[in-house]
Amino acid sequence: MTSLIEVENIGKTYGSVIALSDVSTVVNAGEVTCVLGDNGAGKSTLIKILAGVHQHDQGTFRVEGEEIRFSSPREALDHGIATVYQDLAVVPLMSVWRNFFLGSEPTTKFGFLDRRKGREITKKALSDMGIDLRDVEQPVGTLSGGERQCVAIARAVYFGAKVLILDEPTAALGVKQAGVVLKYVAQARDRGLGVVLITHNPHHAYPVGNRFLLLKRGRALGSYEKSEIDIGELTKQMAGGAELEALAHELRGVEA
Amino acid sequence: MTVTAKAPPAADERLSKPRLLDQLVVRPEIGAMLGALLVFLFFSVVTEQFLSLGGAATWLDDASMLGIMAVAVALLMIGGEFDLSAGVMTASTALVTALLATQLGLNVWLALLVSLAFALAVGALNGWLVMRTGLPSFIVTLGSFLALQGLNLGVTRLVTGSVQVSGMRETVGYESAGFLFASTFQIGGQSFYVSIIWWVLFTVIASTVLVRTKFGNWIFAIGGAAQSSRAVGVPVVRSKILLFMTTAFAAWLVGSINILRYASVQANQGIGLEFQYIIAAVIGGCLLTGGFGSAVGAAIGALIFGMARQGIVYAGWNSDWFQLFLGVMLLAAVLVNNMLRRRAERVKR
Repeated sequence: MTSLIEVENIGKTYGSVIALSDVSTVVNAGEVTCVLGDNGAGKSTLIKILAGVHQHDQGTFRVEGEEIRFSSPREALDHGIATVYQDLAVVPLMSVWRNFFLGSEPTTKFGFLDRRKGREITKKALSDMGIDLRDVEQPVGTLSGGERQCVAIARAVYFGAKVLILDEPTAALGVKQAGVVLKYVAQARDRGLGVVLITHNPHHAYPVGNRFLLLKRGRALGSYEKSEIDIGELTKQMAGGAELEALAHELRGVEA
Repeated sequence: MTVTAKAPPAADERLSKPRLLDQLVVRPEIGAMLGALLVFLFFSVVTEQFLSLGGAATWLDDASMLGIMAVAVALLMIGGEFDLSAGVMTASTALVTALLATQLGLNVWLALLVSLAFALAVGALNGWLVMRTGLPSFIVTLGSFLALQGLNLGVTRLVTGSVQVSGMRETVGYESAGFLFASTFQIGGQSFYVSIIWWVLFTVIASTVLVRTKFGNWIFAIGGAAQSSRAVGVPVVRSKILLFMTTAFAAWLVGSINILRYASVQANQGIGLEFQYIIAAVIGGCLLTGGFGSAVGAAIGALIFGMARQGIVYAGWNSDWFQLFLGVMLLAAVLVNNMLRRRAERVKR
């Protein structure tokens, strides 16, 4: 089976700044590849290349075996790679269903928006993911941070994404909300999507991840299958092992 | 299975009937509607001519010229941008038409077409500059505002030796073009300017596009969060440029109405009007930060303008009071809008 995404020795420089260098990993269908690293480690640069926002200038980037270089996020989307950004997932002042269909609006045969269809599909797609909203006409801004991420994930799943890139989906969330989001990550994975989960919290990554790529200062610090590493070692690799015990409580409950 | 009363489809049992206030609060134009009603009632009581057909014809005409622009500016503002050159553009387009028709002897229809092409080009340039440089549209269009102002005066003086172009009445096609842009129609023995129809038509089209089409959805999105919109595949640059061109088109429409009605144009016309457009749009519920607003609201904002400006004349007051009214109105509108936005954006963590 060919991997959905395969990057090999990929690199990117901004002028004289080497943002990313010599990084390799794969994303398979039905698996979660976690990208871990502290701020400035190159996580964002890597996903921006995968999402078509930036272009790599070293190495190779293959989608389903075919070497590729995206010129826009739209092109990445057309190849089935959907990205959910931490702060940019949704437009807060717009209603849930308008957000859900943004960029792929349903129209009637006269070219007008099919608002009824939009509302119905949104409600159905969200409830398929286990998100039960009272009213899809309410502005997304009235939802909680976790619910917003979930709307964005449900949108990507509905529009047939093969690969889902999640940029720090749990960063701004409380413990319980983070757990909810990870549940939907697992659900997307079980539906056969390849998931790239970016996070700086190993306790969020470990329960759902199949593969862990650790980045530090733009380089790969290590790449492990889940069988090769336990959470203690993962955390130690990431943070240097100092304040681990303080963090350890944070994710014990999310394994479900 | 027994046939009992069927539950209404798609209604959620957790939703009690939405409170009227909550329903109204999501309509951006509601504040403007109340304001318009108040202003209307006030001047209807205080003055005699205001409620007459002749009075209505006057304030509707005043509102229509402002309203066409306010609606276009509202679309642009919902899309997250400003256009300070909009006011001067109404003069530029009229000048281009007038100079071509009177100096070069071009048919008025042809002159109008050239002037439309000119307007769309300036609009596209504004949009392209804003998107290309990433600078705030406020500063970019301030530049094009000053540049156009200079061009208007400079070119007019160069060609005619004065700061006015007149003599449109003798040009070829003035009558037929005038019929489309500057004629009147009768209701109850009172003649109304055709600009009122243009205003209503433009508002209906703009509002339909905004609420019922894909492009309308994109306007809200690029004004609310341009980066997120780009990430889900909305063509942000193209959409914003189109909005700048829409504003320029509206300026062409108003400029054409002006030149064909008065048959002459002053080169310094239109300066300062750009703020009136923005004020009307804000009174109509547009947020200065983009992403929220209404085309109908902007039209109503312009209506408030027209009614107040003419009402003050009918009441026999000094027109100085209009500025005071405007200031108070604007502040009230911004406060209301701000409250509405916070309601809509209220985050639950």
